[in-house]
Amino acid sequence: MLIDTAADFDVRDYLRKEMMPHFLCPGCGHGIALRALLWAIHDLGLDKDKLAVVSGIGCAGRLSAYIDANTFHVTHGRPLAYATGLALARPDLHVVVITGDGDCLAIGGNHLIHACRRNLKLTCLMLNNEVYGMTGGQVSPTTSETRLTTTTPLGNQEPHFDACALATAAGASFVGREVTHHVPKLKELIKAGLEHPGFAFVEILSDCTEIFGRKNDLGSSPEMMMRQSSAIRPSAYRDTVDTPFRPNTLPTGVLAKNDRPEYGASYRRAAAARAGAPR
Amino acid sequence: MNAVDTALTGKNAVKLISGNHACALGALAAGCRFFAGYPITPSSEIAERLARHLPEVDGVFVQMEDEIASMAAVIGASMGGVKAMTATSGPGFSLKQENIGYAAGAEIPCVIVNVMRGGPSTGMPTRPSQADLMQARWGSHGDYPIIVLTPASVGEIYSETIRAFDLAEQCRSPVVLLYDQVIAQLSETVALNGAAHASATRKWASGPRAAYKPYDGGSDGIPAMARPGAGYRTHTTGLTHSEDGFPTQNPEAVTRNLSRLFSKLERHRDLIDSSETLHCADADVVIVAIGISARAARRAVELCRAQGLRVGLFRPITLWPFPETALRQATAKARTVLVPEMNTGQLRLVVERVLGGMPVEGIHLFSGEAITPVDIATRAMALARGT
Repeated sequence: MLIDTAADFDVRDYLRKEMMPHFLCPGCGHGIALRALLWAIHDLGLDKDKLAVVSGIGCAGRLSAYIDANTFHVTHGRPLAYATGLALARPDLHVVVITGDGDCLAIGGNHLIHACRRNLKLTCLMLNNEVYGMTGGQVSPTTSETRLTTTTPLGNQEPHFDACALATAAGASFVGREVTHHVPKLKELIKAGLEHPGFAFVEILSDCTEIFGRKNDLGSSPEMMMRQSSAIRPSAYRDTVDTPFRPNTLPTGVLAKNDRPEYGASYRRAAAARAGAPR
Repeated sequence: MNAVDTALTGKNAVKLISGNHACALGALAAGCRFFAGYPITPSSEIAERLARHLPEVDGVFVQMEDEIASMAAVIGASMGGVKAMTATSGPGFSLKQENIGYAAGAEIPCVIVNVMRGGPSTGMPTRPSQADLMQARWGSHGDYPIIVLTPASVGEIYSETIRAFDLAEQCRSPVVLLYDQVIAQLSETVALNGAAHASATRKWASGPRAAYKPYDGGSDGIPAMARPGAGYRTHTTGLTHSEDGFPTQNPEAVTRNLSRLFSKLERHRDLIDSSETLHCADADVVIVAIGISARAARRAVELCRAQGLRVGLFRPITLWPFPETALRQATAKARTVLVPEMNTGQLRLVVERVLGGMPVEGIHLFSGEAITPVDIATRAMALARGT
């Protein structure tokens, strides 16, 4: 599985070619994450006409426009709320959310925890680059301690969120994390998320070379990716309990999974049962 | 037969129900099949009714985590092609505004009920007001068109809720149903004949994908929408977009798209405009009022006429876009205009603008009480007598 090749996958079959060239900076990890998503969609044979991608605001939010599907670029922090309405109204669609660390954990944090709790079938990809890149490099809820951003000139003094621990604590029935350095593994994780019958939360550790990397003297994109790759702990070697804040080495792979009832199906089942009963 | 069946089958049964109940039944009759909301006084009864009845008609009700999420979910459902509504009151209406602007800009049909209570801020949750007239029009950032309807009775809440859905679909616009706490929780008899009314449907994309442009207004300025799953695979964004739906900052494309957006309601004023006049033809004094204040004004007109005084009433039912022409016609013979309203002068400001040099007086009550017929009649009689 890990030596998977993309022999039968051509990313151009899933991109809107008229939108090229894309607007991502050189070295940005988001393009790798997008490719992994499209590869996963290809592997699963999902129908593009039945695929809906909802994204918020920020660099990650702009990715939906490149995907040849039904795409919705909505307001800052709200893609999970829009997607909830869309998925409840149209259970025949496969709804994927693309969001960033600021979009998902700061302005949209309330929607994330309730989406985890509700367990409606949605696949949420949170691209974590530790920074508000589009607005010029401000501190985000996942910025590591002591890092420099335009709004933490003293070095970040706030502890950062472990998004996966948060999603797990909020009851998400599928939680996973991967780095952009391991594309086939990332693709397999996204596939597992897409196939999960309930709410799936996938954190993708991306990198912002141009703004965050430059500000913190983190080197080139390959250097940033290698640093991330050396800091992770694949799930096979997981040995400690997660804490709400990120430990020094990050577990990756599938971090939580259960089969509790999917909300949309539960609602429709209850409505059908009620239909026969006197009102 | 219960009230839902009656609303759906149009058997013209008469029921004694509250304004909020009528709103829920009007929504069902109009084909609303999705509601997302968040509890807030004095609109919660709409959510409670629809939580019960939507599953009975294969619809979906969801109570979201906050007001912002409920507006977002409604737009999401409508993007999926399902008629959708939310209901709230002042503080929640403020929270929904950013996403209402998204619905206006991306042209997603939806209905937002705002039951007006005393403000500002938390204000008086159980007391009426009419102080959200301007927020309903201008509450979101940027320049955008919106339709706002102001029913004045329980029966009219029922029929205007149905009309709100029709206008939302026909004009691809958010529509606000704006009424005060008094009629929201007042009970009156209503003829539930909604199904007798042919409900409007959205203009859907048809024909080959290559020829389809998601924001091409065509002959009437209202673009056909692509239903997800129908093979068009379009992009919808809150960014300024060109006819192809993709973001643009090209000055010509921006101007073209926004000009169409701003003009599309003007081009459909025949559908949108609605107002009522009473004894205006010969009136020296015309009272202009909406909602519960218009109910009191109607009685005040009767009291004045009984005294032989030429007093009339002009009542906007569609508040925005404001029925300027109808107001000018109704006040053609008038010497003066009186605007009773439960705020500090929001409707009066509009009337002054429309009528230019006409003397306009106001009765402004913001104590959490409704304006009485006697309050209005006393002032109208003095104006009519020129004292």
